[in-house]
Amino acid sequence: MSHNANHAVQGHGHDHGGHHDLDALRQMGFWLFLITDCILFGTLFATYIVLHNNTAGGPTASELFEMPGVIAETFILLTSSFTSGLAVLCMNRGNKKGLIGWLIVTVLLGASFVTLEVTEFLKMIDEGAKISTSAFLSGFYTLVGTHGLHVSVGLVWMTALIIQLSKRGITKTTRRKINIISLYWHFLDAVWIFVFTIVYMMGVM
Amino acid sequence: MWEDIKDWASDFFVTGDPLIYGADVGIVLASLSILFVLTYFKKWKWLWSEWITTVDHKKIGIMYIIAALLMLFRGGMDALLMRTQLVMPDMEFLKPEHYNEIFTTHGVIMILFMAMPLMFGLFNIAVPLQIGARDVAFPVLNSLSFWLFFMGAMLFNLSFVIGGSPNAGWLAYPPLSETMFNPGVGQDFYIWGIQISGIGSLMTGINFIVTILKMRAPGMKLMKMPMFTWSVFASSLTIMLAFPILTVTLALLFIDRFLGAHFFTLDAGGNPMMYINLIWMWGHPEVYIVILPAFGIFSDIVSTFSKKKVFGYKSMVFALMIISVVSFVTWAHHFFTMGSGASVNAFFAISTMVIAIPTGVKVFNWLFTMYKGKISFKSPMLWTMGFIPCFVVGGLTGVMLSVAPADFQFHNSYFLIAHFHQVLIGGVAFGYFAGLYYWWPKMFGFKLDEKLGKWAFWLWNIGFYVCFMPQYVLGLMGMTRRYSTYSWDTGWFGLNLVSTIGAFIMGAGFLVQVWQIVYSIKKMDKDTTGDPWDARTLEWSIPSPAPMYNFATDPRVSDVDEWWEEKQRIAAGKPTPKPALEPIHMPKNSAMPIFKATFWFLAGFGFVFDWMWLALPAMAGVGITMLVYSFNYDTEYYIPVDEIRKTEAAAGRAV
Repeated sequence: MSHNANHAVQGHGHDHGGHHDLDALRQMGFWLFLITDCILFGTLFATYIVLHNNTAGGPTASELFEMPGVIAETFILLTSSFTSGLAVLCMNRGNKKGLIGWLIVTVLLGASFVTLEVTEFLKMIDEGAKISTSAFLSGFYTLVGTHGLHVSVGLVWMTALIIQLSKRGITKTTRRKINIISLYWHFLDAVWIFVFTIVYMMGVM
Repeated sequence: MWEDIKDWASDFFVTGDPLIYGADVGIVLASLSILFVLTYFKKWKWLWSEWITTVDHKKIGIMYIIAALLMLFRGGMDALLMRTQLVMPDMEFLKPEHYNEIFTTHGVIMILFMAMPLMFGLFNIAVPLQIGARDVAFPVLNSLSFWLFFMGAMLFNLSFVIGGSPNAGWLAYPPLSETMFNPGVGQDFYIWGIQISGIGSLMTGINFIVTILKMRAPGMKLMKMPMFTWSVFASSLTIMLAFPILTVTLALLFIDRFLGAHFFTLDAGGNPMMYINLIWMWGHPEVYIVILPAFGIFSDIVSTFSKKKVFGYKSMVFALMIISVVSFVTWAHHFFTMGSGASVNAFFAISTMVIAIPTGVKVFNWLFTMYKGKISFKSPMLWTMGFIPCFVVGGLTGVMLSVAPADFQFHNSYFLIAHFHQVLIGGVAFGYFAGLYYWWPKMFGFKLDEKLGKWAFWLWNIGFYVCFMPQYVLGLMGMTRRYSTYSWDTGWFGLNLVSTIGAFIMGAGFLVQVWQIVYSIKKMDKDTTGDPWDARTLEWSIPSPAPMYNFATDPRVSDVDEWWEEKQRIAAGKPTPKPALEPIHMPKNSAMPIFKATFWFLAGFGFVFDWMWLALPAMAGVGITMLVYSFNYDTEYYIPVDEIRKTEAAAGRAV
């Protein structure tokens, strides 16, 4: 089965002088998707920056943010980016076990990032800092929450790929899928660096 | 119990207006007759396997076009209702609330559910054929884009009979569109209808960029692409960069309405002007998204029907790309009156004027292409010739509007209404009509009747000027947009009457077009050549309608007007040798798009009515369809050489 799919894709590239190799198309399509996602986050950042002083008598950033938790989140997410890189290195060496192992580590790190973030949100809501409290908090929850949602979608996606890998092994198709999700994962990491800097660091300074 | 149900139903369904009861009956009858016809003629399986699950770009294109023409009918009805209400002072044809709903749905439908799908239809029909490809880069995604558009459009139109239509204008400015002033479900229909179809548009943008960059036939360098393909590339690039902003803006408005956030509210630090900036950062590029492909269509048509290469190919390409870039820095000209100060207004005034330069370059290039050409006045060319003077006047009034101090007078008056209808009807609608007439034989294999086509063209063209020229004057006389009525002492009666007559002339033009299609189907004037216009680009080198694999063998390209050059070579007895047939690799049909889009529709409907029992499972359904699709590795097949040979022989081509 996997062999057939693999053959079909390669055969295709070969038939037509490689001018529409499906994997190259998909890789490029995903890069373009990342550009659109960049603009999506850019718009959310712009909105947050415009609104971040409009606290309307509610809590301000420096009253609200607790940096130790955020720094822990940051290190966890950065590490998960590193481990997803290790997974790709294993894949390139043809090491299926290593690949799946590092992907599982990445998923676990990502899940603990999301858990920490949700806990942080719940605590803030408990202190009365809700999304409906002020424009600043609307911008904050939406921007940080959208990033968290991206990470969560990535976790489900990565889990699905782990299952596909264990069934089919490293083929041309699964290789493309892993390359794409690792791009996505690194992208979310880069976005987080901006969240950390613009929202949290500049918020408490 | 019965009382409860009655209460709920009178809330849920829109009641009280005879027009709407009429629409209810019409919708039920139409749906029943469609179900009956499909069942009676046993067409369900055909509909499912040939259309609903198809990934063939040509069929997807046809579905886009059918849907767009239906939406043109609805948007046009809205327009005629408005013009009837305004035909004379103190009319009581529509109540003010109803009038608000109708101008809102007219705008949304015409731009997002008529112009966009008609444009995507033409993208799908023409681009893969023009570049010598077998399909778009992502055929299944293409089908998903269509179904998302379709479900979004259906969700939006549902508001007419269920829950109530949106009424805050086509761009839903807050604070009017916030819950404080608009507690009903109409604005939620607006948000979800546009959001769902907008995701589809975004994916189409990506799809066509990759298609154009990666799937061109061997030898077709970027600077050898047909002009329409270039314009699609410019438009898709603009879609890709602008639509994410729309997605975010609508999402933020929904979060305001749904979770009580304060992005754009008047209290708790919200900033309504933030919305107006964001929506126009998408909205201004959006109007260039729809006009650029029309420019491309005109370029191909002008050169085909003048029997000449397009004049100034390079400058045409640069003009397209410059317009698509500069369109991102002009948005604030929609609200010079915001009060952002002289220097900001000056910047946006100048950037707006700058756009007129590449546009002017294109107009001159079209004129020079016609100069000393052998022009034949077939339908596509007529629309092109009608477009040029119309667009020049529309462009000039646009430059007048860009003068910031003068705009304080023109702002939101009928002068503006006349301006943007002139560029959107005279530019976009005429352009897409020209494209439809041009590619119709390629889509369906028969020609549209030329005589009725001339009637349609003249009715539209005359009706347009009769309708909109008076509106410029009305604007200068002080009539502002969105008035539902006016009094006798304004002195606006005569011009409004003329304008309404013009609108009905355009309506008559539309009816003639419908009759033209029906008549031409009956007459069946088949295009056996595949090249009815003696045209220049690759789509005309294959039979009409194109076989499902498009090209039996990959064409080799050495010129912009490759098919024209090849015809010269054939006439000289030196045709380019064709490579031997090989099995063709094709994508399999997929049911994922229709399922996923249906789940989106249900989720949207659930969010509109705050029915979490529906919205949350439906969102889960969206995720599950994606996962199921990800686990499917059996997505491609081969068409054997025998079958290709048979198909080509049936179309009268020896291979």
